[in-house]
Amino acid sequence: MALLEVKDLKVRVEEREILHGLTLTVNEGEVHAIMGPNGSGKSTLSHVIAGKPGYEVTDGQILFKGEDLLEMAPEERAAKGVFLAFQYPVEIPGVATMNFLRTALNAQRKARGESEYSTPDFLKKVREVSKSLNIPQDMLKRGVNVGFSGGEKKRNEVLQMALFEPSLCILDEMDSGLDIDALRIAADGVNALRSPKRAMVVITHYQRLLNYIVPDFVHVMSKGRVVKSGGKELALELEESGYTQFEDAA
Amino acid sequence: MPAVQETVERVKRIDVDQYRYGFETLIDTEKAPKGLSEEIVKFISQKKNEPDWMLQWRLEAYRRWLTMTEPTWARVEYPKIDFQDIYYYAAPKPKKTVTSLDEIDPEILKTYEKLGIPLREVAMLEGVEPKPGEEDPARRKIAVDAVFDSVSVATTFKAELKKAGVIFMPISEAIREHPELVQKYLGSVVPTSDNFYATLNSAVFSDGSFVYVPPGVRCPMELSTYFRINERNTGQFERTLIIADKGSYVSYLEGCTAPQRDENQLHAAVVELVALDDAEIKYSTVQNWYPGNSEGKGGIYNFVTKRGDCRGANSKISWTQVETGSAITWKYPSCILRGDNSSGEFYSIAISNGFQQVDSGTKMIHLGKNTSSRIISKGIAAGKSQNTYRGLVTAHRKATGARNFTACDSLLIGDKCGAHTVPYIEAKNSSATFEHEATTSKISEDVLFYCIQRGLSQEEAVGLVVNGFVKDVLQQLPMEFAVEAQKLISISLEGSVG
Repeated sequence: MALLEVKDLKVRVEEREILHGLTLTVNEGEVHAIMGPNGSGKSTLSHVIAGKPGYEVTDGQILFKGEDLLEMAPEERAAKGVFLAFQYPVEIPGVATMNFLRTALNAQRKARGESEYSTPDFLKKVREVSKSLNIPQDMLKRGVNVGFSGGEKKRNEVLQMALFEPSLCILDEMDSGLDIDALRIAADGVNALRSPKRAMVVITHYQRLLNYIVPDFVHVMSKGRVVKSGGKELALELEESGYTQFEDAA
Repeated sequence: MPAVQETVERVKRIDVDQYRYGFETLIDTEKAPKGLSEEIVKFISQKKNEPDWMLQWRLEAYRRWLTMTEPTWARVEYPKIDFQDIYYYAAPKPKKTVTSLDEIDPEILKTYEKLGIPLREVAMLEGVEPKPGEEDPARRKIAVDAVFDSVSVATTFKAELKKAGVIFMPISEAIREHPELVQKYLGSVVPTSDNFYATLNSAVFSDGSFVYVPPGVRCPMELSTYFRINERNTGQFERTLIIADKGSYVSYLEGCTAPQRDENQLHAAVVELVALDDAEIKYSTVQNWYPGNSEGKGGIYNFVTKRGDCRGANSKISWTQVETGSAITWKYPSCILRGDNSSGEFYSIAISNGFQQVDSGTKMIHLGKNTSSRIISKGIAAGKSQNTYRGLVTAHRKATGARNFTACDSLLIGDKCGAHTVPYIEAKNSSATFEHEATTSKISEDVLFYCIQRGLSQEEAVGLVVNGFVKDVLQQLPMEFAVEAQKLISISLEGSVG
């Protein structure tokens, strides 16, 4: 059984159809890159999978571990193992990052019928993970993403990914706003989380990110459809020739 | 923030129509007839065995009140109050003189239990019968002067306070036992002629707390009053007077909940604080009165006059309030910065949901030299409520070097509520430095979705974001209150989204 099956998905936003029948299958352990120009529907796909309000699914289905994902509330999806690393992580003033991490982690564990983490176990885990991501403890005391640099925000996303141990990670334009060093740190963090039990969907404009997070599969999206799929070499090809060749294919 | 989880669970169990504190205590009550007249004023004074000077003071206020009209400048709307249709006195029938908590009507104690106030625990285990040698000095103590309807029925911790020389008793007792202090300070901050509701209170006040902290004494515990409005149609007119003598310190906690009623209930309290040279008073309130039902019916009318006088040099008065209840709130805890180098603070969280109307803020009146004040106000409006911050900062012409910093932040939840900020700033001294910052924001869909994607429900997400928004003010509350306040905030925002 595939981890994620998107079948002929059609999605509207305010009367305008954005996805016109998208199909995508992701198995455990695989890393898929989704590439495509602005407005091709990449972010819409990630939002629909995560359950962001404002999108109307008019046709098709999404199965996650064989279950109908579209029937689940977004927080249920999170508890079941769907994680979205945001392109622009929001700031939450006054809510310490550490507190946020614990509240969210315990909410997910509770939804799964698991016991809450004890404070020492939790702290130990956070310290371990944040150290490997080069996140200073001081940052965890600050408000969620408040005053964080672009790199810090993305590392905070990776930190949550490591803590929540999702089975599906969707990385939405993780490279946007990052310099090369920050990108490397974030990508190293992601690579450390690759596992045979976990799948990743990496959404990006540029080949650059895929030098660091090397995908198993690359899909090219244009105008709300996947127009070409291939191996990692497809990304390099795109870097050479650009997206225009696919405009007509769509 | 472990309280968040608990909060959210409570929120789920409660809806606006099932106000948690909406129960009635069945005890015998002694009432004066409805309406207000000189006879009623005399009746109240007589019931309390007051000396003649007190009666004359009340009568003078009553006569003054007859000439006054209700203020209408606040941004609140309500039907006209019929002041002759209100009971001005109700007291539980005394069975006998109370000397310990054991003798208090068990019904009353049960009421406190339902409110989650560990009066018995706190008073009995820690105060009244401390086991010798087992007392943990690190544990903070709270002395509770419980006002039930209009008469104080329990006063605890008296012994320890007495040792420190602190007087903490119902004001009705203080009038008899410490007339010199009461006569000297009562009405010296809020004069009988101050405003319509304060004048009414002066005429008919039932009871309240009296605190006197002698020179150089740091009050050994937090002083606390929990009171509730209990009798149908009974206006509540508390009168609180706190005096911190030279170089002393006191922290006072006020917490309130009231049972559910269909009739609107009037509440017009007066609180006066006096800080002499180098003294400090910290006054904290958590207010959770019945806000009315989901159609806007019922609820408490809260017209309160709270004012502190930094009478001495280097004195300090700090107000912290968390306002979540009442149908109408009209409340401006203020500081008169009379002494040189004195300072005033106002930290406020005002939350309105449903059909609640809040018009609240503060006045910082700079009279002395080098006085400073700080205002941090967090208004949160949800449902169909209206939430107004109204604040006055003024520097007298002799107030050289006056400084004020004001930050007013408003958060809107949903699109049917309103937040308003009405600052009045007057500087008559050119050396004054007044800063005012104000922001209004909506709770953003993106922030909520971010939290929900991490596994929080919609309500948990709102609770988390709001608790973050008010954190600066929550930090000002004593620990016991901060936890309670955090719960209240989420409870009162229940059903505000989605």
